[in-house]
Amino acid sequence: MREEMIHQLKERVERIRKGGAPKYHEKLKEQNKLFVRERLELLFDDKFQLEDGLFANGLEESLPADGVVTAIGKVNGQTVCVMANDSTVKAGSWGARTVEKIIRIQETAEKMRVPLIYLVDSAGARITDQIEMFPGRRGAGRIFYNQVKLSGVIPQVCILFGPSAAGGAYIPAFCDLVIMVENNASMYLGSPRMAEMVIGEKVSLEEMGGARMHCTVSGCGDVLAADEEEAIASARRYLQFFPAHHTKKPVRIEGKAPAPDAKKISEIVPDHQNAPFDMLELIRSLVDEGSFFEVKQLFAKELITGLARLEGRVVGIIANQSKVKGGVLFVDSADKAARFITLCDAFNIPLLFLADVPGFMIGTQTEKAGLIRHGAKMIAAMSEATVPKLSVIVRKAYGAGLYAMAGPAFEPDCCLALPTAQIAVMGPEAAVNAVYNNKIAQLEGAEKVRFVQEKRAEYQQDIDIYRLASELIIDGIVAPDDLRRELSGRLEVYADKEITFSHRKHPVYPV
Amino acid sequence: MMKTVQATMAGTVLQVLVAEGDRVEAGQDVVVLESMKMEVPVQAEESGTVKSIQVEVGGFVGEGETLIELSGE
Repeated sequence: MREEMIHQLKERVERIRKGGAPKYHEKLKEQNKLFVRERLELLFDDKFQLEDGLFANGLEESLPADGVVTAIGKVNGQTVCVMANDSTVKAGSWGARTVEKIIRIQETAEKMRVPLIYLVDSAGARITDQIEMFPGRRGAGRIFYNQVKLSGVIPQVCILFGPSAAGGAYIPAFCDLVIMVENNASMYLGSPRMAEMVIGEKVSLEEMGGARMHCTVSGCGDVLAADEEEAIASARRYLQFFPAHHTKKPVRIEGKAPAPDAKKISEIVPDHQNAPFDMLELIRSLVDEGSFFEVKQLFAKELITGLARLEGRVVGIIANQSKVKGGVLFVDSADKAARFITLCDAFNIPLLFLADVPGFMIGTQTEKAGLIRHGAKMIAAMSEATVPKLSVIVRKAYGAGLYAMAGPAFEPDCCLALPTAQIAVMGPEAAVNAVYNNKIAQLEGAEKVRFVQEKRAEYQQDIDIYRLASELIIDGIVAPDDLRRELSGRLEVYADKEITFSHRKHPVYPV
Repeated sequence: MMKTVQATMAGTVLQVLVAEGDRVEAGQDVVVLESMKMEVPVQAEESGTVKSIQVEVGGFVGEGETLIELSGE
């Protein structure tokens, strides 16, 4: 072949790989953003990477790669597929080839059964190209259809570096995990400009769909990252917990002792049932040092969800945080739990429930918000989970809180309790008031106090944890400082658990 | 600029930990609610000086209701 043909190819490749015009690269720097190819370098283990569709729309000088890079590389030694918008090319907007490339990398990930990562930074559809890219069989709608189909088959992770607007906002919505870069990432159906025009609302971009808002208020974001490097490092860390696809199990690595400065669990859990304590401290004392990856750390903080390792084995933790809102379950915390349980169950990650829950919130505010149906989501997800399910009553589990935290009726592989734990329809104070309301009203002074104390003591005895163990309601009582050893042993024993929950097409989901 | 500390959940006021004129730091517990038989500390999200206390011990507050007004720096 003639030398100049090869030279011409190299030149073309080089030009396309540079992305959009220099002024757009300048803009990236101003926004504290990295160029799409730098992002890919940070994401992948090494230089190895394959790329398809580099020449897409290649005859159009101003649209290198048609604004999206679709590549295959390695993350933590595992092959992964990636779609990455290039915001230097028409603001990362989608044309017909852009959409076709995204659909194809999804198809590739499906065939190879490997994780798929979406690096999103896109202004949305190119309205000028709408007939070619919007409504058809292989139009943008197919991207979301594919995402839904791939959900639970392979891990799908989204890092949002910039906007994901209108229809594009559904890419993160259908991913397992959404990492958002503070100040730059945003997600919204209608921009502030559109909101002002159509409904008359005046609002900033941050209020409308900023990273912090979504990670704290709406729950559409899972991890808030300070910058792009941190966001990419988070995605790499998260993927360590996952197998390549749903028929594989997560890889066990060498275990580590908990952090050396972690307090003893016996010193963390107060005897008093009503005083708040920090469940995060307890988790730290329980898991391998530095292994805890919290999901939705800033959202519905009365419930903690996160991935960790116990003696090197992956486990998904759902824990009530009494330090926030008393650890009571609300609409958002029930939602958060349902979602996390489904995630772990899909990818064969055992579940550990650490219960310290006064119940679901009562009162008009939460009833109006439909807490019953949201709570039902959590209970349904937990019931359906067929992975090893370990339930620990750390301090208390009252009412439907016991059910939601994988109580004995929900087929946990074990339900264990610490010696001070209480399980009941409600706590002693509330129960005595409920049962003896009339009687208490008739009494006065010292007599009243004596009566209430007596009844509470009786009730306490009735729900005594040794009594529950003696009735075989719980499977064992564990000393707090033996909990780690006990749970590690059980994770090992239950590792090969295999059950089918039900034969049917799918349940009618509570939503 | 006026800042407020709001109830994080519905409940009764168990304790007010600050008095008018006190300086509070962001993250400091200012009120303890009792709800669902739990003690629920409520923190100031921002620093400031306590301008007024809007609730009484034993009173009911709904989620989002103002407990304390702070005046900013």
